[in-house]
Amino acid sequence: MFREAHLSVSRRAFLQTGTAATLLLAIEIPARADGQRPVLAGWIEIAPDDTTTIFSNTSEIGQGTGTGLAQLAADELDVPWDDVRIEMAPLDDAHFNPSFGEYATHGSGGMRFQADAYRIAGARARLMLIGAAAKKWNVQASECSTEPGAVVHAATSRKLSYGKLVERAASIIVSDKPTLKSRTSWRYIGKPVPRLDIPSKTNGAGVYGIDVKLPGLSIATIGQCPAFGGTLESVDPTPAMAIAGVRHVVPMVSAVAVVANGHWAAQQGLAALKPQWNLSSATHTNSKSYGETLRSAIEKDGRAYAPRGTTADALAKTHDEAMAKAASKFEAVYEVPFLSHAPMEPMNATARPLPDGMELWLPTQAQTASRRAVAKFLGVSPDKVILHTTLSGGGFGRRGEFDFALQAAEIARKVGAPVKLIWSREEDIQHDWYRPAVAVKIAAGLNSQNSAIAWRFESASASLADWSEYGTYKLGPGEVDGEALAGFARGAYSFAAPRYGWSLMDAGVPVTYWRSVGQSQNIFALESFIDELALHTKRDAIALRRSMLAGDNRALRVLDTALQKSGWDSPSPGRSRGFAMAHSNGTLVAQVAEISVTPANEVHLHRIVCAVDCGLAVNPNSVAAQIEGGIVFGLSAAFLNAITIDDGRVQQSNFHDFPLATLAQTPDIDVTILDSDADMGGAGEEAVGATAPAIANAIFAATGKRVHRLPFASEGFGLV
Amino acid sequence: MAFAIVVNGRHIDIEMSGDTPLLWALREGVGLTGTKFGCGKGLCGACTVHIDDRPVRSCSFNLSDVGKSKVTTIEGLGAQGARLQQAWIAEQVPQCGYCQSGMIMAAAALIARNPKPTDDDIAGNITNLCRCGTYVRVRRAIRRATAT
Repeated sequence: MFREAHLSVSRRAFLQTGTAATLLLAIEIPARADGQRPVLAGWIEIAPDDTTTIFSNTSEIGQGTGTGLAQLAADELDVPWDDVRIEMAPLDDAHFNPSFGEYATHGSGGMRFQADAYRIAGARARLMLIGAAAKKWNVQASECSTEPGAVVHAATSRKLSYGKLVERAASIIVSDKPTLKSRTSWRYIGKPVPRLDIPSKTNGAGVYGIDVKLPGLSIATIGQCPAFGGTLESVDPTPAMAIAGVRHVVPMVSAVAVVANGHWAAQQGLAALKPQWNLSSATHTNSKSYGETLRSAIEKDGRAYAPRGTTADALAKTHDEAMAKAASKFEAVYEVPFLSHAPMEPMNATARPLPDGMELWLPTQAQTASRRAVAKFLGVSPDKVILHTTLSGGGFGRRGEFDFALQAAEIARKVGAPVKLIWSREEDIQHDWYRPAVAVKIAAGLNSQNSAIAWRFESASASLADWSEYGTYKLGPGEVDGEALAGFARGAYSFAAPRYGWSLMDAGVPVTYWRSVGQSQNIFALESFIDELALHTKRDAIALRRSMLAGDNRALRVLDTALQKSGWDSPSPGRSRGFAMAHSNGTLVAQVAEISVTPANEVHLHRIVCAVDCGLAVNPNSVAAQIEGGIVFGLSAAFLNAITIDDGRVQQSNFHDFPLATLAQTPDIDVTILDSDADMGGAGEEAVGATAPAIANAIFAATGKRVHRLPFASEGFGLV
Repeated sequence: MAFAIVVNGRHIDIEMSGDTPLLWALREGVGLTGTKFGCGKGLCGACTVHIDDRPVRSCSFNLSDVGKSKVTTIEGLGAQGARLQQAWIAEQVPQCGYCQSGMIMAAAALIARNPKPTDDDIAGNITNLCRCGTYVRVRRAIRRATAT
């Protein structure tokens, strides 16, 4: 099962350390039982000086996953934390996320799909090092043990550090099912180990995509057709070429790029151009009328959706029969706008032409897909495209698309020299792949005791699967984009006689995955609706939720913890609270928002209390940071953000009209991570959804006004 | 045009047009990439540097206006910076980290003027944007760095 290090890493290691004795412990993890998944291999490298590098295949976009993965491997390997480094793994089959079958970062899947593999890799590496020492000392491996960073033979008081054993360890064959440490002996797993990437993020040393330096590098910037779907008719390059430093004007299908000796010259060059756009194929979408389209769509039966294990026909039959028996019906409609991801680092990519391919440096969440797309564009095989992953200044799903990488490759090929393409913030806001605008209708059929006996969910939006270039799966005729119903299906609650529908309503506006995806709108709708239903049926909203959690003790514990930590039963005078919860990607989150509202409808957020059960929290401090960050992300969406479109053009352009929540607006956030032995869940996305409804429910408690549409600011509730 | 400016205590001759934003002069002319481009309009603060101890959004400050002033970037923050950086590490503030150079520069300028900022002072002065939502930790780190 052991094999020699793959060439690219061992060569790189050799170059870095200047010694051939550095060895990569390449450890194969067997393919999953279904045989469909690639193996996971080559995660640990130990140098003669004991420096232990653990490779991460998960882009560092802010989550700290590299440190978490290193904790898992290092604990089993039994190595001093001070010796541990992390580095991005090379882009090859051996380093794919086994659950994705590719090298990518999404779905809060960096930890939960790979934790076991990293632990096994660490444990196997340790056994190989023990085997090497035993061989050298001519003793039984069973007589040897380890202390951090060294193999020990206690009987003869001999000890050798891992760095001195690593070369010999290469030929040791060990079990692919090693015994893993028990929970009580974990040294790093489950501990708030300081993140390894953080020091370089406090002194300017961290290298993001925008920081890449290469000999002979030109800087490009780009102006894309302002209306989606339009193309470039013509552009006179003369005004740009007249600006000092401008080297090339590159017309593209639906954009024009200016290449210069620096960013300022490129930006001025672009500003000087007057590109003529061909709008014959452009969309003329207006988000206001599109909103009306969505609202009318949810009044009709959409495409029927059935969660796994059910059929649409069976759901419809059961639902319709139950609804026919209902004494009354209660329903509400919720709407959310298009949203931009707006990561702090604007889109950028660096490309260097090679004789038979291209080398790229990308802040990306989609290495495999980016390489495939660039190779296809160049007409070469993917192995001719070399891709380096840099740090990313945020991602949130935006860097799962690779439009910027393709553009850099095209520009570099056209000018025949290395180019770093940097978008302006205006391009970033106006040419994102947006969180779709969505309308949702929830209806509950009530019996004569006012209990819900049938639930109906109708949603209308564009399709993420169809738009995303990252995803290769496209909807067939009549198929449903399951993300559109996330949280209604597969969520926290059991619904009596549910029926799900979705209407595909495209607007010609690019959409893609946005932190928390379908939950970003559906949890707002659902958790608002439950409070409304409770009011309508004169029940306590928390008691209603308890009944809908149907004895799910894990969910009830999360709910109870959030209530207890918030002092739910002893409200502070002058303050109002709202509750919301969600279950996604294996993680349960419950939030209480504590607010006060002025007579002018200015909302003061005093505190958000959040309880989380994500199964094992490998690094509780990193999980807490992700939860805090998810809540702030949710805060911007709840109060401040909307992308509106007129005549196919985005009307916002920068942070003055797409404002983010500020430090002053951010309340104290009190996160409790529950000790749990449930299967590991995600942490990056799972807190986003519950924030808006917790606040909406608090606003209702404070004012008696129910908000059905985001953002709150457009509904008259400002954030101060 | 040639400009002689002082960055992090070093005298640097820089050949760029005078209307070049200081941000790009630092990043491309001096080669200091810790100062980040976020919005180009002075809205986000990712490009915050000090000019004579004053926090300035360098995307909106021309190279020709630097004159004899001393420019300090995240790379040259010195002892005061080290204290903040330690607090930032202790509180595990950064997530993606992209805004944090500017955040630390803004915090350093605040503390230089006001060694014991209250929470209101912090809220009023740290107006940098962070999309990852590290604000609660930024607040904690500033409190930690200014605690006696």
